Amino acid sequence: MNPYIPVIVVLIFGVVLGGILSGLAAFLGPKKYSREKMDPYECGVPKVTAGSEKMSVKFYLTAILFILFDIETVFLYLWARTFKELGWLGIIEIAVFVLILVVGYIYVVRRGALEWD
Amino acid sequence: MGMNLGIDFSSLLQWNDFTVDLAAFAVKFAILVGGLLQLPPLLVWIERRVPALMQRRRGPNRVGIFKWRLYGLLQSLADTVKLIFKEEVVPDGAHKVFYHLAPVFCVFPAFLVACAIPYGPDLAIYGYKIPLSVVRMDVGFLFIFAISSLAVYGVALAGWASNNKYSLMGSLRASAQMISYEIPLGMSLIPIVLIYGTLDLGKIVEAQNSFFQWGVFTAPVSLLIFVICMFAETNRAPFDLAEAEGELVAGFHTEYNSAKFAAFFLGEYVSMFVLSCLASTVFFGGWQVPFVSYDALVTMLGSPNFVAPIGILMLLLKAAFFMWVYIWVRWTLPRFRYDQLMSLGWKFMLPIGLANVVVTAIVLAVLRFK
Repeated sequence: MNPYIPVIVVLIFGVVLGGILSGLAAFLGPKKYSREKMDPYECGVPKVTAGSEKMSVKFYLTAILFILFDIETVFLYLWARTFKELGWLGIIEIAVFVLILVVGYIYVVRRGALEWD
Repeated sequence: MGMNLGIDFSSLLQWNDFTVDLAAFAVKFAILVGGLLQLPPLLVWIERRVPALMQRRRGPNRVGIFKWRLYGLLQSLADTVKLIFKEEVVPDGAHKVFYHLAPVFCVFPAFLVACAIPYGPDLAIYGYKIPLSVVRMDVGFLFIFAISSLAVYGVALAGWASNNKYSLMGSLRASAQMISYEIPLGMSLIPIVLIYGTLDLGKIVEAQNSFFQWGVFTAPVSLLIFVICMFAETNRAPFDLAEAEGELVAGFHTEYNSAKFAAFFLGEYVSMFVLSCLASTVFFGGWQVPFVSYDALVTMLGSPNFVAPIGILMLLLKAAFFMWVYIWVRWTLPRFRYDQLMSLGWKFMLPIGLANVVVTAIVLAVLRFK
């Protein structure tokens, strides 16, 4: 049997379980509407601005850096799996790759992209 | 080339590879899910009793059956029932689709990843080999990374859809933290792949046959990085900035209540369990019994089927140790500051992880290639 058929079954199960938990309360719990209750909980003070208005640009930067470095990690996995077959050639090639990565990393650090204050 | 499901309906009525696989999958999956669903109440109870012991108070000790209090073991059960029957309040202005979708994203990755863990050695029943992981695949590592990263969506969506500033800040912090620590987490396991030469978790466990071949001895730096990232990935103390209750109420799930809140709990505790299992599998020999090789056990007990329960017990014990560490650390260490957290991840763990990969590769090359 193809091992990914069970994966799909488990995926469907997980989504259904999450869906049930997510939808359960709508059927089981009481429902009493009150204007104040529906306000987002921000310590009882009436809210002034919308919830999702501004966020620090640092978070975008982190996300971008994550994509860069995570792809490198996945790439290293492929090399690690074929480490024996590739031998020294693979090591030299990955050394060049890591070197470029490190140069990029140093640039990122020196530009202060990783400073949080 | 279409996908060949290999279903020949006349063959479904007798035992063959396909029907055995199917039946084995159904049984294993049922047991695993049954176990995983029992886990959060138990863990919550432990997590309330243990700090109570540490802080010299009693913790929950009332809820039991009739006159037996069972040290309050059923407290979590009572809490779950209460949670499910609470009114659900969806705040005005919440994004209707994403608000309801976020708990789903927190639950299903944890269950998917749990299926890839090898819980014990293969069973041999009437000549059929049955692996004791729900899904045995040869790219277990990549699968686990791919799926476990999906949990970020749950956190990000939950905060963004709630229309609440605290939720948004909490979810931004949590998701930035999760993706930042995913890189060192990934890097920390590369030496393991280098040493054992496979991405198959089952084979990695088999390769740790003797005590000193356990990952903790072959790749100790990896273990250190992995354990730190493990805490960060599950947003647990000392990295629980997402729900720093003093500043952010409850972080990304501030606006969630009733069964949806329970869903977040379920996701968190199941992923704690899964990461504990992964750490045991990769660094502590998984289901291997310390000092006794698998073959010796098989000859001693006569059949691999008798070794399997011992193996499962070993893995659960090792995983239980890591879960204990989770709780222990939570009540021992204070919370990090956000800039400390980020610079630990990016400026400390990442270079060390990379250096670890490079050093391991060079050492291995010198040892293995002539």
